[in-house]
Amino acid sequence: MKPGRRVLVLVCAVVVASIASGPFLPPWALFLITVSIAKGLVALGLLLLIRTGLVSFGQGLYFAIGGYAAGTAAQWLGVGDAVVMVAIGVLLSAVAAAALGILLARYRTIFFAMLSLAFSMILYGLLVKSSALGSTDGFNVAPSTVAGVKAGQFGYPVFLLTVGSAAFSCVLLDAYLRSHLGRLAPAVRDNELRVEYMGASVRNIVHLNLVIAAALAGLGGGLAALTVGHVDPEMAYWTTSGEFVFITILSGTASVLAPFLGALLLELLRSLAYEHAPNTWQLIMGGAMLLVILFLPSGLWSIFERRRRIA
Amino acid sequence: MATLMAVAADAVIYASWLFIIAAGLTLVYGVMRILNMAHGSLYALGAYTAASLVGAWLRGGHAPLGSYAMLLLAALLVGIVAGPLIERGLLRFTYGKDEILLVLVTYALFLILEDAVKLVWGVESYFVTEPYGLLGNVELGPLSYPVYSGVLIGAAVVVGFALRFGLYQTKFGKLLTAVIYDRELAGTLGIDVRRMYLITFALGTTLAALAGALTAPTVSVVPGIGVEIIVLAFAVVVIGGLGSLPGAALGALIVGLVRSAAVHFLPQVELFSIYVVMALVLAFRPRGLFVFAEARKI
Amino acid sequence: MKLGSRSCPPPSPLGFAALFISTVVVAQAPPATPPPFKVGVVTFLSGAAAGPFGVPARNSAEVLVESLNAGKVPAPYAKAGLGGRPIQIVLIDEAGGTTKQVSEYRDLVTRQNVDAVIGYISSGDCLAIAPVVEELKKLTILFDCGTPRIFEDASPKYLFRTAAHAAMDNVAAALYVTEVKPNVKKIAGINQNYAWGQDSWNDFESAIKALRPNIQVTTSQMPKLLAGQYGAEVSALMAGSPDIIHSSFWGGDLDAFVLQAVPRGALKKSTALFTAGETATHKLAGQIPDGTIIGARGPHGVYAPDNELNRWFRPTYQDRYGLPPNYPAYHMAQALLGLKSAYEKAQGGGPSPSQEQILAAFEGISFETPSGPIRLAIGKGHQAIEPTVYAQTKTVGGKLTFVNRKEYPAEKVNPPEGAKSVDWIKSSLQAAK
Repeated sequence: MKPGRRVLVLVCAVVVASIASGPFLPPWALFLITVSIAKGLVALGLLLLIRTGLVSFGQGLYFAIGGYAAGTAAQWLGVGDAVVMVAIGVLLSAVAAAALGILLARYRTIFFAMLSLAFSMILYGLLVKSSALGSTDGFNVAPSTVAGVKAGQFGYPVFLLTVGSAAFSCVLLDAYLRSHLGRLAPAVRDNELRVEYMGASVRNIVHLNLVIAAALAGLGGGLAALTVGHVDPEMAYWTTSGEFVFITILSGTASVLAPFLGALLLELLRSLAYEHAPNTWQLIMGGAMLLVILFLPSGLWSIFERRRRIA
Repeated sequence: MATLMAVAADAVIYASWLFIIAAGLTLVYGVMRILNMAHGSLYALGAYTAASLVGAWLRGGHAPLGSYAMLLLAALLVGIVAGPLIERGLLRFTYGKDEILLVLVTYALFLILEDAVKLVWGVESYFVTEPYGLLGNVELGPLSYPVYSGVLIGAAVVVGFALRFGLYQTKFGKLLTAVIYDRELAGTLGIDVRRMYLITFALGTTLAALAGALTAPTVSVVPGIGVEIIVLAFAVVVIGGLGSLPGAALGALIVGLVRSAAVHFLPQVELFSIYVVMALVLAFRPRGLFVFAEARKI
Repeated sequence: MKLGSRSCPPPSPLGFAALFISTVVVAQAPPATPPPFKVGVVTFLSGAAAGPFGVPARNSAEVLVESLNAGKVPAPYAKAGLGGRPIQIVLIDEAGGTTKQVSEYRDLVTRQNVDAVIGYISSGDCLAIAPVVEELKKLTILFDCGTPRIFEDASPKYLFRTAAHAAMDNVAAALYVTEVKPNVKKIAGINQNYAWGQDSWNDFESAIKALRPNIQVTTSQMPKLLAGQYGAEVSALMAGSPDIIHSSFWGGDLDAFVLQAVPRGALKKSTALFTAGETATHKLAGQIPDGTIIGARGPHGVYAPDNELNRWFRPTYQDRYGLPPNYPAYHMAQALLGLKSAYEKAQGGGPSPSQEQILAAFEGISFETPSGPIRLAIGKGHQAIEPTVYAQTKTVGGKLTFVNRKEYPAEKVNPPEGAKSVDWIKSSLQAAK
């Protein structure tokens, strides 16, 4: 089977399984899965960036923009439908990245990471100062309908929307990564000068990938806002961005499905640690991270993909 | 006029504090190419150890002036014990891996150390205020500053000059500089790069612990004092240029000045001042203020 | 009898039958003790808020639940557990951010099947949890968070708060300042730059300007939460020579500020006003200058009244944990005793009341606590009001004592039913002038 088709089949299988099992899953599991998928979307964007050779410690910026945009759309624009709220978040994130990318696209390695961190912390500062947006307390987000269907604050419709968006993004991103433009990303990572000699513009490729990653992060942010029902400036804090980086490294960059697996495992690990070791959960998380990094440096997905060469 | 003097004094005091924190971080990055996210935890470890040592010293009825020696001892203790332990026990296995993986390893280490410190010292606050008030105050215009702040400035200056002397005038320093410029080539020349790493990391840990120990008398030592330090240290190091000591000094001064001015004239922007400075510096000097020439791979 | 010989008489068939029958009978009988009432307790066990708030609250919950289950608490709480039902605690760390807390709350209610939840120190967590409480329909008691928004922006049915919210602290502070320093002309503030600090400063500024419109603000410092280094801030505060320095600092930040300000003489010319300062008085006693105004967010800790419950609570807590209980510990006690009162009031209708009955009993309830009487008078019977106390410190013979103690009745410092705190502060204090 062609690799592209294999991903499509896997994604469809997961979607069908989710829809089928959804009504039977206990609500706390449903919530956990939905939040994991939302975070996985941000990590998906990071996957693209890492393949381009950039590690961003500032995806929280777009995650927060997506969440706050979805929340304020309800309050100030009177928008009640979840799909529209999330779409506004995605659009604003993409626009922000298009603007910031003009500067960011010139940086690499640790300086790119630090500059992206600086931007996300500036947004954090702005949100904390804004009493209209509730400062560090944030505010609650509640859609009234999801694509026309009446929704409670969190429930099955939001779950379906999240699974659907994630599946859609997976398939699209996978197609992009196999396309001509997408294949230039690892080329940029390996040797920018040669890419320029070939006639492609490294600046444009990096800028485009920044915008795509931002759009995915904004999507994740909007969905997280709907699921949790609350947004606060913590979404833009550097530790949140660090968590996304960790999810991406944990899962590996081999497949577009990997980030979701990593996100889910991280959430499960954290819940277990909280329940059984409320006084030492940080120790357990740190220890688990170390084990994965030392023994599975290519991420968890490498368990499944031993033979495939990582792109 | 008095305000300007206050701004300058506050800037220099804050900058000294930042420099001692950032010096260790930039040194470790320069030599080992590791951005140590556990730097803040080592700072916290230094503060707690200082609290315990000074507490024990004073309870033993010894001279209060000796508490300063205890602060130094605490820093050395942490540096000699924790530094090699972490380097040999953990970091050694990660050399050669991707830079980002190393950052995540140190982040995991930071989480572990946070809980480890909590398990050993608990969540109670520790006070070790003797050294702070011991030397009295000095008047600077209408404002009064504790002499201890001068001690902090002095410590920063001593650290700066000692490191500079060590790096440029001693044989070990020259070998270290060679490793900073090109690890591979230095190895082929017979320099024991692994031993350099061990000593550098121990030194970096000592500096972080020293910053913590010197800060302990001015605060109550509580869980979480290391968390804010990480971002501050990063910002200073990135502004100054990674791996550059004069850069760390200049970066610390700039951040100190901007923050001090903000606090006195426009307190509302104090929250972002450091990030705006970082963004501005990076916008005009993408690799920081001082940067080593690096050959470009073709 | 000789070793090795048969020592037990052979079992008799009659004996067996008796044993068998009695086992069956006992197995069919209802259990001797009723099933425990599971309470999820959510408080900070890690991070900066653990030491001053989270852990004392946890300690208070532990000692109180043990004592309640053993029936050792003085009247009217002498019945064991909740009306005879033992209380079981499920402890959760409040650290980790609002998403994590919403997730944990859902887990507590739908997977661990707790009967009630008591928790939340952080206002952000309280606000995020509030809609989930209504969605999952589980009795939840907020015990400490300060934001007035919970019951002013919405009318929840399953959510209660057994402590007064933070507007009270700063209104009373303003009243106290104008009473002990009637000639106050200049004020300054240093508060942590997040919702708690911002709201505290805004409330205080509004309140005191309503009482004395000509008051001048020399500077309002807003350092980052957990900054720890306040050298420049202290210089800026001293430069304006304010009469009063207002601060809602807590924990390590409060300690650091006091340690850095006092040696420089900043608190000699200006009087410090620490609205949440009670938690620092236990360890910083030697450092706090005389005349510092200390708030305890109500009649808690050293301000607690000398009633029978407090005479029991304070030494019981101190014997076990080494330190006297501070205000978060008292807040937790209020929540647990409120739950017990509502449960036992609802029991009037039957031995094991339903949640609906408990909710109905809880609304508008009044009950006694070590801090005095608590009444859920506003927020449609879901939000408590309490009186509050302010006093000034005076070190006598090396020990910290309090003088100029003033108590403000609940109705004076809490907004009335239906009013929004922000508006009420301006309008009521102008009228009170």
